[in-house]
Amino acid sequence: MRLLEYQAKELFAQYGIKTPKGLSSKDIEQARNDAKQLGYPFVIKAQVPVGGRGKAGGIQKCHNDDEFELKYPQVLGMSIKGEKTRAILLEKMVEYEKELYLSLFLNRSKRCYTIIASSDGGVEIESVKNQVIREVGLGDVDSQTAEQVAKQIGLQGRSISDFVDMLQRLAKITIEKEVELAEINPVALLKDGSLLALDGKVITDDNSNFRHPEMEKYQEKTELEERAEKSGFTLVELDGNIAVVGNGAGLVMSTLDMLADNGGKPACFLDVGGGATTESVYEALTLVSKMKKVKAILVNLYGGIVKTTTVAAAFIKAYDDKLIDFPVHTRLMGSES
Amino acid sequence: MADIYELLRGKKDSSGNYQKVPVIVQGITGTFGSIHAKQMMDYGTNIAAGITPGKGGQKFEGKVPIYNTVKEAVDVTGAKISILFVPAKFFLNAATEALEAGIKLLVAIPEHVPIRDTMLILEIVKKKDAIMIGPNTPGVMIPGLVKIGIMPASPFEAGNIVVLSKSGTLLYEISNTLTKAGFGQSITIGIGGDPINGTRLIDAFDMVKDDPTLEGMVIVGEIGGDAEEIVAQHIMDINFKKPIVAYIAGRRAPKEKRMGHAGAIVMGTYGSAESKISMFNMANIPVAKRPNEVAVLLAGKLEKTKD
Repeated sequence: MRLLEYQAKELFAQYGIKTPKGLSSKDIEQARNDAKQLGYPFVIKAQVPVGGRGKAGGIQKCHNDDEFELKYPQVLGMSIKGEKTRAILLEKMVEYEKELYLSLFLNRSKRCYTIIASSDGGVEIESVKNQVIREVGLGDVDSQTAEQVAKQIGLQGRSISDFVDMLQRLAKITIEKEVELAEINPVALLKDGSLLALDGKVITDDNSNFRHPEMEKYQEKTELEERAEKSGFTLVELDGNIAVVGNGAGLVMSTLDMLADNGGKPACFLDVGGGATTESVYEALTLVSKMKKVKAILVNLYGGIVKTTTVAAAFIKAYDDKLIDFPVHTRLMGSES
Repeated sequence: MADIYELLRGKKDSSGNYQKVPVIVQGITGTFGSIHAKQMMDYGTNIAAGITPGKGGQKFEGKVPIYNTVKEAVDVTGAKISILFVPAKFFLNAATEALEAGIKLLVAIPEHVPIRDTMLILEIVKKKDAIMIGPNTPGVMIPGLVKIGIMPASPFEAGNIVVLSKSGTLLYEISNTLTKAGFGQSITIGIGGDPINGTRLIDAFDMVKDDPTLEGMVIVGEIGGDAEEIVAQHIMDINFKKPIVAYIAGRRAPKEKRMGHAGAIVMGTYGSAESKISMFNMANIPVAKRPNEVAVLLAGKLEKTKD
């Protein structure tokens, strides 16, 4: 699950990581109250589950009521890289000396957690040259390690103990919430040497959701995605008009690639999974029929244990029931094709 | 590390045939476990025992004894291999039990295993000098000899090409095109689509690279992580010369979206298809644009090595 910035910051606050004063809202009525409570100036920050929002205009400074009335609806109505703004965070502006970078992430190739820290924050970490990288096993960070990292990125005085504190709290979140990535970019280094999390990005392991009912409130799923999940499918909605349906993530991705290579625009990625039945494929078609943009379906199934005749039966039923009335192009391989 | 060929094939008997190594199935009475136990038996895999706590003493398909614990099954059958069909929630306990009972090759089928559980099991795997394939793997097979997994039998045929794949269905699809083109497979290993794999691409590569009968290899990758880049670098570092062809799924997938597999996600440039393809190209490994192009590219590569 990918938490939005304001949700990540809620989690930070719960674990004692300092953040600027901020209030989140989903409509302007609520936001007007928030604005009064915060007082100008503040920033309007689009809450989207995708990076690069600053460049796209999703962060706007705001100094007075007129600016607020103009900019709030703009940011709320924005789409960034195809993602609609889910909410708005109004946040007090902070004066600071320097931006740092800090993250703890699941290092897939090393199969351990890894700290990345840098004295150059505020930009995409890939473009930062002087990174300090430390592997930390299952995510626990002792104070000695944290202090070494702090010194390596050139911190001094009270900033060192502030950094140790911040990193250890981030590690606690990582372990307790089963996180794949916990990132603070940037960390603001204030005049007095203290540190503040200016942004927050937390991605948790979806497969551990069953152990974290307390995180359920952060789940941001569309109705269709939720229905798909219930049926054991994976559905990713995309911008195009041709629904791509198949069994197995690799095969569906591959089909999507071939479709796009030939000029087609995928409307969704729908993996019906290994155990497809007539009923489950029918449910998949029901979901597709609810996507208004869909003009056609491309089906690519490699029947193994699943018999392709079972799958074909679902399509015939869907046509008979007038569930779908647009063209379906299929390629069925494997047993009984 | 334990030798995967030795584990899967066992020793040759007096007439020169491989003995059928005993395999146990954890979760043999479940819906999924029972279907696949039956299919593995049909393929000729020696399913020597099944495990379902509380059902010890019963028989599966009238002949395979069921035990309550892995330890009992291992004591009786001497099995070193277990295939795991338990729900993801029970993976940690079931896998721990198997490894503690002396299992040396654990094939973990379940999808949706929490990453932390996989990492905890990996610590035991290391301690016990065992191999875990998966979780979220279709399994491993030596076509014509042994199938330990959920793959259908029809795409595969015995031969001398290794196929390593993150994806299950693409493994079937690509093996099918290889078989049709006359390239049978010596072993196929499903890496799995999770972010953390018991056997990484590079581990799987190292397990098979020294097999003298190996003629060529196909690596089926997908977006997410950097396993493909690392194996490509490794291939260059050790100056491995046998023909390899690759395929990468997800070239046209959007960034920062999980495409079905827990591990199939591009963050920034990390995990992108471009990065993988350019590393493979550097290692002189052609990357197919479509699954059915793999056999053509492999044929070309094999032809070149002959000259």
